[in-house]
Amino acid sequence: MSGPAATGETADIPSVESVEGTGVPVRGNDVDTDQIIPARFMKVVTFDGLGEFAFFDRRFTDDNEPKDHPFNEARFQDATVMVVNANFGCGSSREHAPQALVRWGIDAIVGESFAEIFAGNCLALGVPTVTADADTIAALQDWVDANPDGEIAVDVAGETVTYGDTAVEVSVEEAQRQALVEGIWDTTALMRSNRDAIAETARSLPYVDDRDAGSGRVDD
Amino acid sequence: MSERTLYDRVWDAHRVRTLPNGQDQLFVGLHLIHEVTSPQAFGMLRERDIEVARPDLTHATVDHIVPTDDRSRPYDSEAAEAMMAELESNVREAGIELDDPTTGDQGIVHVIGPEQGRTQPGMTVVCGDSHTSTHGAFGALAFGIGTSQIRDVLATQTVAMEKKAVRRIEVTGDLGEGVTAKDVVLSIIRRLGTDGGVGYVYEYAGDAIEALGMPGRMSVCNMSIEGGARAGYVNPDETTYEWLRATDAFADDPERFAELKPYWESIRSDPDAEYDDVVTIDGSAIEPMVTWGTTPGQSVGITEPIPAPADLPTDEQDVARRAQAHMGVEPGETMQGYDVDVAFLGSCTNARLPDLRAAAGVVAGHEVDESVRAMVVPGSQRVKAAAEAEGLDETFREAGFQWRGAGCSMCLGMNDDQLEGDEACASSSNRNFVGRQGSKDGRTVLMSPEMVAAAAVTGEVTDVRELPTVEVEAR
Repeated sequence: MSGPAATGETADIPSVESVEGTGVPVRGNDVDTDQIIPARFMKVVTFDGLGEFAFFDRRFTDDNEPKDHPFNEARFQDATVMVVNANFGCGSSREHAPQALVRWGIDAIVGESFAEIFAGNCLALGVPTVTADADTIAALQDWVDANPDGEIAVDVAGETVTYGDTAVEVSVEEAQRQALVEGIWDTTALMRSNRDAIAETARSLPYVDDRDAGSGRVDD
Repeated sequence: MSERTLYDRVWDAHRVRTLPNGQDQLFVGLHLIHEVTSPQAFGMLRERDIEVARPDLTHATVDHIVPTDDRSRPYDSEAAEAMMAELESNVREAGIELDDPTTGDQGIVHVIGPEQGRTQPGMTVVCGDSHTSTHGAFGALAFGIGTSQIRDVLATQTVAMEKKAVRRIEVTGDLGEGVTAKDVVLSIIRRLGTDGGVGYVYEYAGDAIEALGMPGRMSVCNMSIEGGARAGYVNPDETTYEWLRATDAFADDPERFAELKPYWESIRSDPDAEYDDVVTIDGSAIEPMVTWGTTPGQSVGITEPIPAPADLPTDEQDVARRAQAHMGVEPGETMQGYDVDVAFLGSCTNARLPDLRAAAGVVAGHEVDESVRAMVVPGSQRVKAAAEAEGLDETFREAGFQWRGAGCSMCLGMNDDQLEGDEACASSSNRNFVGRQGSKDGRTVLMSPEMVAAAAVTGEVTDVRELPTVEVEAR
């Protein structure tokens, strides 16, 4: 991931038309954000260093002995495309979850379905969450298991995933697809440029008390 | 224009622009922040040299990591102290008001917003916390956001969102004795699934919902996200206005109340509003509910048998098998008699004054079972003070409950209030995920505050309707 640019007004946001790399299957429905990053690792004021805690309680025993988990397997250590099942990322709004996955090395997630806030958090980091039906996902997970060094291409723009000699159609939610492909997934500068319209909306709302609007920075 | 929902109206009133990717840029009326998800957002603003746009529409509290026993500074936990100090420094620099424990106004972010009258009908409310859906109880459009979105809101007082479909959930009839808002929402999630609400906003309606007070409506809206819906709301009515009239926002300013009320009335869904889906649930058939598994959708009525995984839809079977192994429950049996080690009465779902009152009513005259560690964690310092004024703390203490300071506490185990080993917890919170309450082998059984009280007394999951009441002398 490229870091944010020095100023919001000139943020240089890369477009994410496709992601290529090897895969890692993380099986199971309803993988919640407490599993992805247990709350005790959120007692931090930055996201740095969260990568090693991704799926921590799924990966390690109380005595820190590794358990069976794809994130512990040597063959998946270079993976960038995670393949998951249904309702992945349900639960809390913690951005620590996708931040931990990204810092572990994940650049794209292919799954049956995603919880909304989780998918939104991924988008804010430029990480596609693309979906396909259960059979397609199961086949891809099996292929990744058998071909841990095999390249997967997630074509966000074209809504396909290619692996081995197979290409499957996937869905990318339209707003996500456009934001990634056009490089407008970091919305701060874009939204900030509408400051006059923001001020106008604020004035139109009966409950917003603009007498107390401080320095009125929005109207600058 | 007629045939519109509250969601349509509030959305349109707050839409600033449609962004090039098709998302709408929405103005945010109230931005609530807390210590866990905001520090990185302030950091991003500093990196970009951007100031907070509307500190006057931003409000902070500390809830997730705050200790609930010794709250003197510095906190015993260095990490908690560092997070608190970071929040204090960020809000001071930006000019944002902070309800810290010295103010008497501190509490769980979803308890303090409504109790201070900050949350109002027809507003957009966001917070870096998935249970922000709670505020929908007031007819606000309220949803949880991630840290990058917090950055956007701090920078612009707007957020980029896609409009969702609206599902009306009509809960008909009268709730039975011992049946609460918590049981209603657990029934809804069981019926529609933990991902059934993805792509939807839920509008809760019907006699059973309208009969609820604001705290009950908050409990229902709070758990919308457990059903996959990022937001849920109830149309504002006299119950809503009564609550608001007594809050800080309006108690001394009836003119402001009169000024805003027409707006609140104007955003209600039309009687002929069109919904993308309608679901009807018979409220009179709902029993006290308990979870048997590790998702909030895995629940049964207290007299109902735990389902066999093979009888569930195919895509739920694996999760159910793992959940039953984790919990150590047997299909075919009810949850009654399931041994409990801890009773937790707290959280943004169920730690408001009526929740504590109802639980105290169950506890009065009983003693906590000797095998149970029982605690009450009020949702806010004001809730705690109000409960003490009624003597509820005495009732709980005499029965053997710990009476603690306000915060999120054992709902997610970010402070020292945690399960140990494979302890089983009767909990009035919202999530029974594996590891949620601080121990990865811990077992959580979600239920109403009354049911938590009953479990504390008997040491096992108990039908509160069967627990004998004890005559207690009036104070």
